[in-house]
Amino acid sequence: MSLVFAGVCSHGPGITGRSEQADPAVRDAFYENFHRMRDAIEATRPDALVVVAAEHFANFFMNNMPSLAIGMAEHYEGPIEDEAWLGIERRRIPGNAALSKRLIERIMRTSDVAYAEEWLFDHGIMVPLHFLTPRYDLPIVPVNINCQGPPLIPLDRTWEFGCALREAIDNVPERIALVGTGGLSHWPATPDSGVINEAWDREFLERWCLGDREALCAFTDEETYREAGQGGFEIRTHVAVAGACAGSKGRVWFYAPIPIFAVGCTIATMEVSEAGLAGNDPSGDER
Amino acid sequence: MSLYQLQKLLYQLNRDPHTRTRFEADRGALLSDYELSEEEEAAIRADDVGLLYVLGVNGQILMHYAAMCGYEWHEYLQAMRDGLERHGPVRRGLYATVWE
Ligand SMILES: [Fe+2]
Repeated sequence: MSLVFAGVCSHGPGITGRSEQADPAVRDAFYENFHRMRDAIEATRPDALVVVAAEHFANFFMNNMPSLAIGMAEHYEGPIEDEAWLGIERRRIPGNAALSKRLIERIMRTSDVAYAEEWLFDHGIMVPLHFLTPRYDLPIVPVNINCQGPPLIPLDRTWEFGCALREAIDNVPERIALVGTGGLSHWPATPDSGVINEAWDREFLERWCLGDREALCAFTDEETYREAGQGGFEIRTHVAVAGACAGSKGRVWFYAPIPIFAVGCTIATMEVSEAGLAGNDPSGDER
Repeated sequence: MSLYQLQKLLYQLNRDPHTRTRFEADRGALLSDYELSEEEEAAIRADDVGLLYVLGVNGQILMHYAAMCGYEWHEYLQAMRDGLERHGPVRRGLYATVWE
């Protein structure tokens, strides 16, 4: 059928792993918006969820690093991290190999992409799924953009990949929800963990909500590294979703820096033009 | 130069139970599979997370190794700070990147 939902969210491992150390008021407001996003996704009755992630050396390493990869398996497993450390139990997660294959074949017409018939989900996918598909009953199509080991794919090509992904999604009969997960500014797993550049994050989200390709792709990696840390490279996931929703506007449902989660925690959606599903909730603005 | 090898060792330790078993059984034998400098090998033998950070290991790899070695989150962050204090700035890898 087509794309029925599009959004973005954060995925820092502290969100589930260090939950009890966060300010309960801000934390609970953030979780509540994660749950709102789950409800919004469920309301669109998707057949599958495409997660555009930025994994952290769980499957892909510098021996053979794909810039873009899509999972093509009947099931996946995760989290790769210690269960107690992440606060998420290890489990099997359903996939849909046939759907993945059709998406990959279509994408390959305009974009290069690697495929993977094995994939261990790390916190980058497991934290969003923990909130968005808590029963793990929705087939997942994992997509990865290398945001960790430079050289990294340029932002404008990430946008183009988003366009190719959208075109593929619109050409399968299934109803597809799309969630990108990454960033924004953060210095994860370094001595600067907990530093968050809120002004930079808000500037990025403004450009993202406008769906402004030129403004979004204008960030250079040098500037991003300086202003937003190496975690800022993960904006590629958001740029891909914006590309998939070109012509649409976004809404930020929630944004707040939560230092113990090491990231400006974000929940935002893009309008999906077809049926006007996700982003058209008039109560959708940040609250 | 061998940062790639050092990170590969930690990447495999993080994801592969078999590599972890070998690590626990005979660290020296496992380390001989990787082309590590003396300093890198010493850092691994001593679980010296602070030195590994200074040697350039990416935090997204290092934090799991630290957890495996029993570092609590704040101890992990402190170990990196101590490493910087003791050994000076990060020497290689992403955090030592100088943009042209
Ligand atoms: Fe991440």
